[in-house]
Amino acid sequence: MLKVTETQEITFSKELLKQFDEILTRYPEGKHKSALLPILHLVQAEFGWVSTPAMDKVAAYLHILPIEVYEVTTFYTMFFLQPQGKYVLEVCRTGPCTLVGAEKMMQHIEKKLGVKEGEVTKDGLFSWRGVECLAACGMAPVLQIGPDYTYYEHLTTEKVDALVDELKSKKA
Amino acid sequence: MARKLLLEHIDVAGINTLEVYRKQGGYRAVEKALKKLSPEDVVDEVKKSGLRGRGGAGFPTGMKWSFLAKPEGKARYLVCNADESEPGTFKDRYLMTNIPHLLIEGMIVSSYALGANTSYIYVRGEMMPQIRILEKAIAEAKAAGFLGKNILGSGYDLELYVQPGGGAYICGEETALIESLEGKRGNPRIKPPFPAISGVWGCPTVVNNVESIAAVVSIINDGGDEYAKVGIGRSTGTKLISASGNLAKPGVYEIELGLSVEEFIYSEKYCGGMANGKRLKAVVAGGSSVPILPANLILKTTNGENRLMSYESLADGGFATGTMLGSGGFIAFDEDACIVRNTWNYSRFYHHESCGQCSPCREGTGWMEKVLHRLEYGHGAMSDIDLLVDVAKNIEGNTICPLGDAAAWPVASAIRHFRDEFEWHVKHPEKALKGNYGLAHYADPLPPVVVETV
Ligand SMILES: Cc1cc2nc3c(=O)[nH]c(=O)nc-3n(C[C@H](O)[C@H](O)[C@H](O)COP(=O)(O)O)c2cc1C
Ligand code: SF4
Ligand code: FES
Repeated sequence: MLKVTETQEITFSKELLKQFDEILTRYPEGKHKSALLPILHLVQAEFGWVSTPAMDKVAAYLHILPIEVYEVTTFYTMFFLQPQGKYVLEVCRTGPCTLVGAEKMMQHIEKKLGVKEGEVTKDGLFSWRGVECLAACGMAPVLQIGPDYTYYEHLTTEKVDALVDELKSKKA
Repeated sequence: MARKLLLEHIDVAGINTLEVYRKQGGYRAVEKALKKLSPEDVVDEVKKSGLRGRGGAGFPTGMKWSFLAKPEGKARYLVCNADESEPGTFKDRYLMTNIPHLLIEGMIVSSYALGANTSYIYVRGEMMPQIRILEKAIAEAKAAGFLGKNILGSGYDLELYVQPGGGAYICGEETALIESLEGKRGNPRIKPPFPAISGVWGCPTVVNNVESIAAVVSIINDGGDEYAKVGIGRSTGTKLISASGNLAKPGVYEIELGLSVEEFIYSEKYCGGMANGKRLKAVVAGGSSVPILPANLILKTTNGENRLMSYESLADGGFATGTMLGSGGFIAFDEDACIVRNTWNYSRFYHHESCGQCSPCREGTGWMEKVLHRLEYGHGAMSDIDLLVDVAKNIEGNTICPLGDAAAWPVASAIRHFRDEFEWHVKHPEKALKGNYGLAHYADPLPPVVVETV
């Protein structure tokens, strides 16, 4: 569901626009719509999620209709259409991972963070969700955290605790 | 001796850099192809090698290449499929992380063979770390003159770009991937026209898996005939197997096709047997989409022959008693694994990933998920089991793309081979919620490993 929870004006920095321009050079003349996914990733990395004003700006930049951007962001699971925690723990919940404890890991994360899937912790630092196979099944259980999408493999409850604590202390 | 053609140098320190990769003989295939061979020669070598697509379908790569249309004045494209989202498959990520130049080298040689001057590697968005690794490798290759204008003075130009996906299993399907590369939703296209005639931006396009393209490097270095000597029968060459589940040593292994399944699971060289001395219950041999087989049928065919890791041997017996090599995602289940729960998890996955274009897939996967959920959670009826068989049958073959089949096969095969476990869930709902059915007649025919205690 596309929900608008932020309408505030946003601006793309000069550096960001420079990166957009570089992406456009990868495609033949007139095929600039191909830049949409790479650009959306950059936007999400910058703002933490993809708001409607941000999508409209992307549409204007690429000279396409806003609906062409909405269609895409609602189709692909990686784009957040709501604000998230600063760190989103994305845990694989697919078959091979569940054979070696992925469900237990998700329960533990829920307990450790004290929020349900999709919710944000009060301090705004964390949210989490189950995602589908991350192509790391042999190193399961596994989670990753954007915007770099670093993989954390062979998870144990201790490793999850240490990771969460480390990210918390980074704030200071 | 088990030959290694892809991962031979994987343990060499710094093999992810161009410098070390070259010291190990890297980029020889580019030099050979561009200086000594015509594009047609390269296609011929790949044809001779017997290489079959490693993305899942196993279609001969050389033949696929020879179908590429070559109309005057139109660009042609090679797109590498690095979407790798099939549950149980993680070999492409492993290859790109550890030896990225092997893929880049394969892309250069393959693009040359197809006459493509711009090529793309479409990587699933979640693999951002691998995207960065590839971008760095491409920059190194370009600086060394293996990419760009007039490569090695041959007059051949090639630009290579990495394109991220956005999180959607369906974008691994080649026409959905093309849509995605064009900046759209990943809805598979109705075929024909095939990409070989009309692919990216309406231009002739070849889509190949990471491993297929990487294999081209040794085919060019050693010749297609040499490559064809490795492996068994029409399953030529080596294959990367992603081993996961309840194995002692899960991971990525390069095997010579034709290795016995038993050796792959139990030998120390590969998976080292089951974890914690448990017994083997079932295997999904080629990624979540292929039929699941109980232990007795994965180790031996119904003729009593040893089952081998090859396209033919795994398919022996058809869907009644066989399965498929698929993408090589080898998932092993021990005696504690619940087949009903696993089947429900897969159906949930396929329902989640259905693009929604065709009703049998969109509705059918939802139905299967719902019915399996109630069986697993103790609210199922006996008639539900046949209902599932029926729904699966109605999806199979009635959809635009093979995702429908991929969703139907795991359910149909689980019921075919493990019906007693589904019935047990209906008859003993409280027990099913607490524990597991364990092993029945499909038990591991091999005795459990005796662990010496000192
Ligand atoms: C639902 C679905 C998902 C697929 N996912 C992948 C994938 O992640 N990687 C891949 O290489 N092929 C995948 N394929 C197969 C591709 O459509 C295509 O056949 C393959 O990329 C061709 O490459 P190959 O001939 O080198 O195997 C998928 C097919 C379907 C139907
Ligand atoms: S079979 Fe499923 S995934 Fe494939 S086109 Fe139809 S609805 Fe989409
Ligand atoms: S199932 Fe979790 S990474 Fe593949």
